[in-house]
Amino acid sequence: MKELLLIIVSSALVNNVVLSQFMGLCPFLGVSKTTDTAAGMGGAVIFVITLSSFVTSVIYKLILQPLDLTYLQTIVFILIIAALVQFVEMFLKKSMPSLYKALGVYLPLITTNCAVLGVALTNVQKDYNILEGTVNGFATAFGFSISIVLMAGIREKIAYNDIPESFQGFPTVLLTAGLMAIAFFGFSGLI
Amino acid sequence: MKKNTPSERLINGIIKENPTFVLMLGMCPTLAITTSAINGIGMGLTTTVILAASNLMISLLRNFIPDSVRMPAYIVVVASFVTIVQMLLQGFIPFLYASLGIYIPLIVVNCIILGRAEAYASKNKPIPSLFDGIGMGLGFTLSITCIGAVRELIGAGSIFGRQILPLADAAAGKMGYEPVTIFILAPGAFFVLAFLSAIQNKFKLGAAKRGIDPSNPDCKGGCASCGNSMCSGKRG
Repeated sequence: MKELLLIIVSSALVNNVVLSQFMGLCPFLGVSKTTDTAAGMGGAVIFVITLSSFVTSVIYKLILQPLDLTYLQTIVFILIIAALVQFVEMFLKKSMPSLYKALGVYLPLITTNCAVLGVALTNVQKDYNILEGTVNGFATAFGFSISIVLMAGIREKIAYNDIPESFQGFPTVLLTAGLMAIAFFGFSGLI
Repeated sequence: MKKNTPSERLINGIIKENPTFVLMLGMCPTLAITTSAINGIGMGLTTTVILAASNLMISLLRNFIPDSVRMPAYIVVVASFVTIVQMLLQGFIPFLYASLGIYIPLIVVNCIILGRAEAYASKNKPIPSLFDGIGMGLGFTLSITCIGAVRELIGAGSIFGRQILPLADAAAGKMGYEPVTIFILAPGAFFVLAFLSAIQNKFKLGAAKRGIDPSNPDCKGGCASCGNSMCSGKRG
């Protein structure tokens, strides 16, 4: 139990996936204009990463490792993720149309979110078992949601500021992300 | 210049449609591994090899891959090349393998590679596609090496591991450069890229005011917008 708690704090706050690992930057910069869409993206990412880290852990531990095929991990993982996203999309469309409408546009974008593949590979690298892998996946995705929602909140406020012409848009967002990364350094004392 | 010739493709990738500074693709590796110039070159060249190989392969297969399953097919091609390159690096350049770590397998999801496969290689002949891959890869290498050099210079006072600015030594009472360590940590990546894209915006705005077409390759892209005097010699 103690290990699991440590994994959660470390993946969600200390080693925040966006602000210190630089994974999933495209949606972080692209879909953080308003808090509503950011929260939608965060929800979709939590859902997909938790599921995919569970499935990839199971396949790695029960199929690739016993058969000595671990060198195929990159190919297998990316195919699982692509198939899973597609499957989740079809399943939600059929059985939970309201949730599908809420997550809709974000789901296909998630395949190319490198955080999903990154979590699967980190689980292998750190030799987590299936439960630890799934918890790590959930915590990482939760960290992503925290940072994207915070970012969207800041951007909504920034929109009213008077910013020099050449710093408008992308540069300001990056500067904000840099300041947030400094703030997240504060968590490193937690573990 | 004639379209789709090898030289036109190279220049297009390096300057006109520079993937980092102009298209803003592949941000994850750009920020994550640019802690030093040598890491930038290593990552850039690795990506170049994979990009060229996968572009060539996808272009050769473009008439055989059914349209409806083209994305999974591209991903498998790219992932195979990434695995091959990863093994080669592990065997022959272990220090680079260790310093790039998890970001080597993550090349699979680098938007530049799938982007070029979809936008160019799937519609054009093999030779131009190969050179398109090489050009884009070199453009990427050039930009991330520039970013790496800036971060290494400010954060450690060195470039390519060679000390350019003599460091201060308080114990010996020696005056010198006090490195701003934050620039080789995570936040520094965001700051450097923020200033680089602000400089690029400035060029674009200036060009627009003077009535010059902003797509003119001389005004933007590559090292021309890098703002670092050391890169000026490399201007395409």
